[in-house]
Amino acid sequence: MTTEILTATALKKYFVVGRTGWRDRQAVTVKAVDGISFTMYEGETLGLVGESGSGKSTVAYTTIGMYRPTSGSLKFRGQELFQNGGQRPMSLRKAIQIVFQDPGSSLNPRRNIKQILELPLQIHQPGKNRLEQIVHLLEVVDLPPEYMYKYPHMLSGGEKQIVAIARALATNPSLIILDEPTSALDVSVQAKTINLLLRLQKEFNLSYLFITHDLSLMRNVASRVAIMYLGKICEVAETAGFFQNPLHPYTQMLLSSIPVVSVEEEALKPKKVLSTGEIPSPVNIPSGCSFRTRCPFAMDLCSKIDPVMVDTGKGHSVRCHLVSQPAAA
Amino acid sequence: MAGSPVTGFSPAAPLLDVKNLQVHFAVYGGRLRVLDGVNFSMRSGERVGLVGETGCGKTTMMKAILRVLPTPPAKIPAGEILFKGRDILKMRDHELRAVRGRGISMIFQDPTAALNPVFSIGEQVEAVIRYSTSPGKASSREETHQRAITALQEVALADPERLLRSYPIQLSGGMRQRVCIGMALSTRPEILIADEPGTSLDVTIQDQVLRLLRKLVEEKDTSVILITHTLGIVRETTDRVYVMYAGNIVESAPTARLFSQPLHPYTQGLISTVPRLTGGGIVSGIPGRIPDYLNPPSGCRFHPRCSQMMEICRTTKPPAFKMGDGHEVACFLYKDEAK
Repeated sequence: MTTEILTATALKKYFVVGRTGWRDRQAVTVKAVDGISFTMYEGETLGLVGESGSGKSTVAYTTIGMYRPTSGSLKFRGQELFQNGGQRPMSLRKAIQIVFQDPGSSLNPRRNIKQILELPLQIHQPGKNRLEQIVHLLEVVDLPPEYMYKYPHMLSGGEKQIVAIARALATNPSLIILDEPTSALDVSVQAKTINLLLRLQKEFNLSYLFITHDLSLMRNVASRVAIMYLGKICEVAETAGFFQNPLHPYTQMLLSSIPVVSVEEEALKPKKVLSTGEIPSPVNIPSGCSFRTRCPFAMDLCSKIDPVMVDTGKGHSVRCHLVSQPAAA
Repeated sequence: MAGSPVTGFSPAAPLLDVKNLQVHFAVYGGRLRVLDGVNFSMRSGERVGLVGETGCGKTTMMKAILRVLPTPPAKIPAGEILFKGRDILKMRDHELRAVRGRGISMIFQDPTAALNPVFSIGEQVEAVIRYSTSPGKASSREETHQRAITALQEVALADPERLLRSYPIQLSGGMRQRVCIGMALSTRPEILIADEPGTSLDVTIQDQVLRLLRKLVEEKDTSVILITHTLGIVRETTDRVYVMYAGNIVESAPTARLFSQPLHPYTQGLISTVPRLTGGGIVSGIPGRIPDYLNPPSGCRFHPRCSQMMEICRTTKPPAFKMGDGHEVACFLYKDEAK
């Protein structure tokens, strides 16, 4: 568990969305990911949690190589993923795969399951007996082999997502990015899919970058959790300790917003922080700490200086003035 | 929860009483038997939850209640929907007009789809208010406008004057849903149907919207039917819950009781699969999926997925057994314990 598989250092991804002014035309940028650093270890599940617009999917797409970062570095097993100008080598593409949120739109409706699973095999494992491999892939994800000749529209949402998982497995990857893989599914189907993912992780020693907005799901699948808000990570911790002692006010707000089904869970919800306000536009990020507009504990300091990550021990890091400068509070 | 204590149903005066409702859809190749004899009733001031997986018929039932199902293809071969003792299914158009809006109004899951993008918020809110004022006392423009402003103020939206002039795309998802809630409540309905009011929103926004909704219905003493597949929301918002599976009500009970001692195997499975904040992994849940409505399973529609299936379940549809304290369950496992 101690070898690093993915390391991001001051990773930034800005999008230019328009120009303002008429003389000195200035670019209007969305700071989707604004200098985040994190480390993922071999075989672990890192949960990336945040609201829509917090930049979690941009992190996923940058890792997979759909976007080039604006600056910063992203290393996979010590190897830089974005070398100057060059394309990403085949071996790295093969090692990092992704499962998208909506299986309805990530599978080509004109291709049957066999053709869908064949493509990654053609590119990454040429020469082998493909039919045999496809049958094996379906077997691994518990789908009967006759599914090969079905088309995506003949499958239920859960089955489509399982095909998407099989497609990601086809290249024999070591890191899979799961971008909200179950948010479009019903709870009972979600349970099935998650248990399949957990079994596959053990079987093939996979590492998961698990992106979701569902903290209760995260509690059950992730070994470590990172909370994102407006392109920045505000808290990282080991899952177990994190839910006992959430430190960042945003995390507390997220936790207190979750609808729960038992009294024991009710006890874990922070009572003091009720959710207020909405996530600001990423074009106009507030000065200082970006969360201060919704924070019940905001101080003068928060509008002036953006807090830095502070390690509070046991791998628990927080980016908040309340923790780094408690005297000022 | 301010609702009156639930000690069995009071058959005296249910506000809404759905009896043996069946809804079929004629499609190429046969008939989809979606609702299969649903019984549902609520008293005035009660907050009722309706839960079930996607495709179990929750929304179909609400559309039948408001009589907005397109017929054909929909067909209602049997059943009664009594609103204050009068059957909605037999009402004439002008009577329906009085029920929709002032009697029953609805909030939809996706506020973006519920608002028309080419009309301003004001035009849409005012249209609802105009529609729901009784024909005799048509209100002036100024009055309608004032009521629209009040409607938006009630849902805690700042600067209502400006909002009324803006268009749906200028609003965030949370604001749009607030507008929809304001619109639905502006007619002072007796029953508010909320169909997954927070599902398309982020958790923190969902929490705000639901808290607002709870506060408003408490103030106005509106009866609510909350439809959702998120069990946590039902637990925090309602007095009583109906669990629906494949077009049948399989269990109904006071909310606290349903969560502490669910009886139907389907309800038990559903509750156990919810990921917990306390950890402990995720239970694998119920095998299989919701059946095909063209050829639904005989007997109990849940029997092909049930781990405690008996011979009788294949052949006979279980009636609702009364278990006391307002708890009813449609499952033969409880045949002998029924009161």
